[in-house]
Amino acid sequence: MENIASKLTQEQYEKNFKELHPPFSYGAALAEASRCLYCYDSPCMKACPTHIDISQFIKKISTDNLLGSAKTILKSNWVALTCAKACPVAVLCEGACVLNEKGDKPIEIGRLQRYVIDNYFAKEMPPLFTKKPSNGKSVAIIGSGPAGLSCSAELALLGYNVTVFESSDIPGGLNTWGIAPYKMRKEDALKEVELVKTFGVNVKTGVNVGIDILFNDLYKAFDAVFLGIGLGESRALSVNGEELSGVVSALDFIEQVKTEEWSSVAVGKRVAIIGAGNTSIDAATEAKRLGAEEVMVIYRRSSQDMSAYNFEFDLAKKDGIIFHFLTAPKKIVGKNFVEGIECIRMEPGEPDSKGKRRAFPVPGTEFVIPVDMVIKAIGQEAQNEFIASIPGVKFVNGMVEIKPDTYQTGNPKVFAGGDCINGGKEVVNAAYDGKMAAHGINNFLNN
Amino acid sequence: MVDLSINCGGIKSPNPFWLASAPPTNSAYQNCKAFEAGWGGVVWKTLSHPIMNVSSRLGGFDYSGQKLAGLNNIELTTDRSVDINLKEIKETKKLWPDRAIIVSLMVESKRETWHDIVKKAIDTGADGIELNYGCPHGMSERGMGAAVGQVPEYCQMITEWVTEISTIPVLVKLTPNVTNIQMPARAAKAAKAQGVSLINTINSIVGIDLDTLQIIPSVAGKGGHGGFAGPAVKPIALHMVSQVAIDPEFNLPISGIGGISTWKDALEFILLGATSVQVCTAVMHHGFRIVEDMIEGLTNWMSSKGYSKLDQIRGKSLPQIDSFGNLNLLFKTVARIDQSKCIHCNLCYIACEDGAHQCIDLTPENGHNKTVIREKDCVGCNLCSIVCPVPECISMVRTDDGTSEKTWNNLVQDFRNDGKELTWESLAEFQKGHGIEIH
Repeated sequence: MENIASKLTQEQYEKNFKELHPPFSYGAALAEASRCLYCYDSPCMKACPTHIDISQFIKKISTDNLLGSAKTILKSNWVALTCAKACPVAVLCEGACVLNEKGDKPIEIGRLQRYVIDNYFAKEMPPLFTKKPSNGKSVAIIGSGPAGLSCSAELALLGYNVTVFESSDIPGGLNTWGIAPYKMRKEDALKEVELVKTFGVNVKTGVNVGIDILFNDLYKAFDAVFLGIGLGESRALSVNGEELSGVVSALDFIEQVKTEEWSSVAVGKRVAIIGAGNTSIDAATEAKRLGAEEVMVIYRRSSQDMSAYNFEFDLAKKDGIIFHFLTAPKKIVGKNFVEGIECIRMEPGEPDSKGKRRAFPVPGTEFVIPVDMVIKAIGQEAQNEFIASIPGVKFVNGMVEIKPDTYQTGNPKVFAGGDCINGGKEVVNAAYDGKMAAHGINNFLNN
Repeated sequence: MVDLSINCGGIKSPNPFWLASAPPTNSAYQNCKAFEAGWGGVVWKTLSHPIMNVSSRLGGFDYSGQKLAGLNNIELTTDRSVDINLKEIKETKKLWPDRAIIVSLMVESKRETWHDIVKKAIDTGADGIELNYGCPHGMSERGMGAAVGQVPEYCQMITEWVTEISTIPVLVKLTPNVTNIQMPARAAKAAKAQGVSLINTINSIVGIDLDTLQIIPSVAGKGGHGGFAGPAVKPIALHMVSQVAIDPEFNLPISGIGGISTWKDALEFILLGATSVQVCTAVMHHGFRIVEDMIEGLTNWMSSKGYSKLDQIRGKSLPQIDSFGNLNLLFKTVARIDQSKCIHCNLCYIACEDGAHQCIDLTPENGHNKTVIREKDCVGCNLCSIVCPVPECISMVRTDDGTSEKTWNNLVQDFRNDGKELTWESLAEFQKGHGIEIH
């Protein structure tokens, strides 16, 4: 890539990536908790995919029973810190808070949850759960992201011997690599891994199943296997020029921002992000915060069709990100490195089955936007090859097919959850899948 | 391991949290649901003579947008027949053998009538009986409830009718609508009761609707006093429990009642001598589920402080209770303001200036007022720290060196020994000698 944006001072990076939602002080947490109505069978609890008893955990904050509060949260959700920081609360629990209907500000549930779990980790995780005696059965978990961790924690407490196989050297999956630093730092995700380890879960990092160890060997050695493998590579744009220096995938870019010194992450002066989902917004705002002068999101459909949440869209606009809607990339221009992107104007058509309107190119409207970097954020491929190698596991529309009650795949000994069964949703969905799959496995191994 | 189990005058329960005799304990359905939630015991809603309740029974006392700081009621005893209740008590006890079921009773002041109902209560297999001498409305007009509780002689006589035939423990529930709570408590002891429960509700009128001028709650244009309960009565209840607990002539178990909503409230009652605690208003507000936090919070507190049994903390704060004449006049505290936390609302200033002893100065600084304590004038009354909305912004700091002690009783004795009269002048001389300036 040429035309790299100038480096900022460390102070400036810290300022740019400072937390969007800082922690509550004791007094502020107490005041916020006291605002909660302590609803019964509350809408917030129902809106949470893991059904945390939210009003109960908040009530416990107001009585200074913070350990009890942590227990209420964790028994429903093993990655509660990540969820507190990365969940789209505006469309989940906080969006459902009854105070919205009353015309008041909803309770800041995410920040309160973070307050409780931060306190729990600061107190060095005093034991809250009792493990059942070992039942002599073993389960292999592939992937240490939120689905794998939740499944492991739940199974370990049920008395199983649980081994997690993680291809990366650092565990945590997308909780560790994929969340924008102004929402959450890597260290927080690792604390959750440590919590799960306290239940006796063996986490083996740097082991790539299928390469370092054959799936079949795991399959034979363990009583059941859980696939929490997420998705694979970022989808290709399939346009000319994609191979040029300066074209990167959003996930690789976000991972770099999460793992390397900010000053060593190269970002162009002018950056185009292709796609308008929540990952594109992360990539766009991160590029801007790293010092890119001009950042734009290019999306082939209109603003109402994009999958990014409104609050993410607002955040991007506040960061000065430019949005080119109804614009599709046609080719990436440049000799050895990205010099521009040729786009074509699109025209909305009729809504498809999901209500999204297809868009059609308007002939003769091609134009070139000069850019130095192109970030691809149009989704991820599934782990096709790996899944195909497992006998019996069915694959439908790029997703592993499971029975909805048990999370069992077409192979009775193999269960799955998280992004690999839903095509890519929130951390909290994966947390729920993992927990439910653990109970599916438990039922399977006891019948 | 923390063990919360208790034995309150022979009534055992796995934790000290009981439901008070009130609407939440009206039926087997409710009491079973309460036990499922974790309550250690229930005092079944009072069995009595035929009564009818009115519509519009409760009035809430809200404060500054906070709902139910207090709750006023004119509901009477159970309006379901004695037979139905006895049958349900028996069934419930069978289902929950490890929990305490206490039957609350209130009948007319006839020995035979009491004997009859007490025998029936015992036959249910219940763990104890609570005598309702506290209900301040409706029943008292028929010679029951507070009409008995307010007269120690009646309290003793009727309690004797019960204890002379009861084979299970008897608690006497006391009304707070008396001048000295120790008297009815002693009467209960004299009558061989195993303990007392207090407080029942306080006579109250909760408010008036300013559009209709109707008393709340209004029953077709009429109303009257009811019984007041909930968080607002807790300080009164704590005092009364402590008064009974420190009475050397009493010395029996106490079931503490009055505004208990959280484990912290319950703990305060226990520290002042309660063995079990009873809850009503908080459950009427939020349901039986609140007991989860109560059990967990109390357990966590005990384990964090290194206690394993409630016996180790019961009454632990009582030894501090003493008469004013025994407080040290030379103990000295002053207010200190943490300027880094101050938000410049000036509430401490105006409270001190108009409501206390004028020892805070306002000094303009950077466009706002800086509040500065004049320590030599500060009497250490606490008001500024009480009104300050920011936690830990104003703290009260001890400034005497802790070596001198002089109580009012000592001082009066000194004067007497020295043949001095207690006059403003002699007092001023003492104050001057200790650097105390009254202005």
